[in-house]
Amino acid sequence: MGVFVVRRVAQAIPVLFGISLFLFILMHAMPGGPLALFRDVPGMTPQELKAIAASYGVNQPIWQQYFGWLGNAVRGNFGDSYIYQEPALRMLVQRLPATAELMGASFLLAFVVAFVLGILSAVRQYSFMDYFVTVVSYFGMSLPTFFLGIVAIIFFSVELKWFPSGGMAAVTGPSGLGDHLWHLVLPAFVLGFFILAQWSRYIRSSMLEVINADYIRTARAKGVAEWTVIWRHALRNALLPVVTVIVLDTAFLAGGALVTETIFSWPGMGRLFYQAVSQGDYPTMMVTVTFLSVVIVVANIFADVLYGLLDPRVTFN
Amino acid sequence: MAAAAGPQSEITAEELAALQVEASRVRTYGQMVLQRFLRHRMALVAALVLILIALSAAFAPQLAPYKPAVPDLNAMLAPPSAQHIMGTDPIGLDLFTQVLYGGRISLSIGLFAAILSVVVGGLVGSVSGYFGGWIDIILMRITDVALSVPYLFLVLLLALIIGATPVSVVLIISSFSWMYPARIVRSQFLSLKHRDFVEAARAMGMGTGRIMFRQIFPNALAPLIVNCTLLVGQAIVIESVMDFLGAGLTPPNMSWGWLLNQGQTYIANAPWLTIFPGIAIFIVVLCVNVVGDGLRDALDPTSRL
Repeated sequence: MGVFVVRRVAQAIPVLFGISLFLFILMHAMPGGPLALFRDVPGMTPQELKAIAASYGVNQPIWQQYFGWLGNAVRGNFGDSYIYQEPALRMLVQRLPATAELMGASFLLAFVVAFVLGILSAVRQYSFMDYFVTVVSYFGMSLPTFFLGIVAIIFFSVELKWFPSGGMAAVTGPSGLGDHLWHLVLPAFVLGFFILAQWSRYIRSSMLEVINADYIRTARAKGVAEWTVIWRHALRNALLPVVTVIVLDTAFLAGGALVTETIFSWPGMGRLFYQAVSQGDYPTMMVTVTFLSVVIVVANIFADVLYGLLDPRVTFN
Repeated sequence: MAAAAGPQSEITAEELAALQVEASRVRTYGQMVLQRFLRHRMALVAALVLILIALSAAFAPQLAPYKPAVPDLNAMLAPPSAQHIMGTDPIGLDLFTQVLYGGRISLSIGLFAAILSVVVGGLVGSVSGYFGGWIDIILMRITDVALSVPYLFLVLLLALIIGATPVSVVLIISSFSWMYPARIVRSQFLSLKHRDFVEAARAMGMGTGRIMFRQIFPNALAPLIVNCTLLVGQAIVIESVMDFLGAGLTPPNMSWGWLLNQGQTYIANAPWLTIFPGIAIFIVVLCVNVVGDGLRDALDPTSRL
């Protein structure tokens, strides 16, 4: 198994190189180049521009820039944000807990609800519950994220005044844990809704596959109680692929939270990236995308290994 | 005949003959799929809705009550009424007209992005799966790289770099959606290329291209079609997210996503500006997903239909 992990990691390294190369080329293809922000500043003379270019190392040949950037990146130095003049990586890391919190809350919510809904609808296929779950998950897949978010803000914040419409904590006055949680509710529900729409489908279809299998029929024929059949036999096998999906989703949804964070002014990674894009803040964009790509690659490795550990049929050779 | 059917049988001779004729009637796979699809009520309804919407987009000039760029200065930011069934926007343009015309853009972007993804992905998957070896390894590494980047972030970046026109948006969306069809097709090729019928085709002297696309590829068609329909919905949603975040289309390409984006400024006092385009997107994507599911059930002979 150790060999498998090593081999898997070794497979990932060219992927990481490929990603970094691709992103780097992308950044330099931006209109105006990486110094677009400075070019537009009124009163900028060509000499000043050259000096800035030299200080950022942008006037070197591009392959040299790439390796320079790569060398720095591996050491954690992604340059300073053009806007905030702070190390880009540090800014990203500062926003990490906020995103992690939002995602954690959404995941928890989504998993609990999806688990219940998915199993119920699979066990009682074609029943009202099944159709209800199907409708809910279709809703989740078909609504654009921001639409639901905006509608939720209008309805729950502006009209009903139940929840705040944005931010992570109250700006004025005391902000303890309760206030913090109160701010978390709406964004977590909005993001969680979309996650659970997907997951309940996975769980449902996975359960359906398992429930119609022969060994389940055997268990029932043997007289095993229905509850035991579901819990001990069906569920374990059904949840196996779902676990893998969850791990993979973790990585992807870090980016998916972008929209939710923007709408609710949640100070996380996604919002940082959105602001960076609108301001042309090249180092911040690079570090965010690089970081998320690395997370995805690591999550993929982790999911493969996890699946191998959980599924006794899988052998590592 | 009745005697031959057995002593307990209640079938008459005529019924038995009819059954035998029915059983021996050859149905193609396509006919079977169609029959199964038609039995799936939800998918059927969804398909009809989609056809209606597509027709309304195609015939927008005929159906629209007003000309697209001509504002009605007597009714600016007006709520839905008899004259303007979806209300008007801040400069007096009828929303229903905008939704009809916007549908052309949104639907075509969705359709073409999905088709392009499937074509590119299908090619990559076929070549990768059939030839194996280094070609497979390299193509799969490229696919892995493409899969490892956060989708939305890349889409925004690319929109910033290339600029957002309907064509570029289709390209951008496809450039990170082709991996899924590629994987589907590749796995089909991997499992089928060693089968006897492939070897027989080769023995008959069939060229590689023909073997790949006439023999093996049709087997991958089923999951591919399902994936394609889902991609349409996904593309429409991504396009609207791009518009929402300001990196998407601009006038004169006023897609539903753009309408949504414009509407959210006025959401407190003119909610219809966001509600109707939002509902339009929602219905289309919903129907596309339902049809995709129906297709998947219809194409799989083992599912209950």
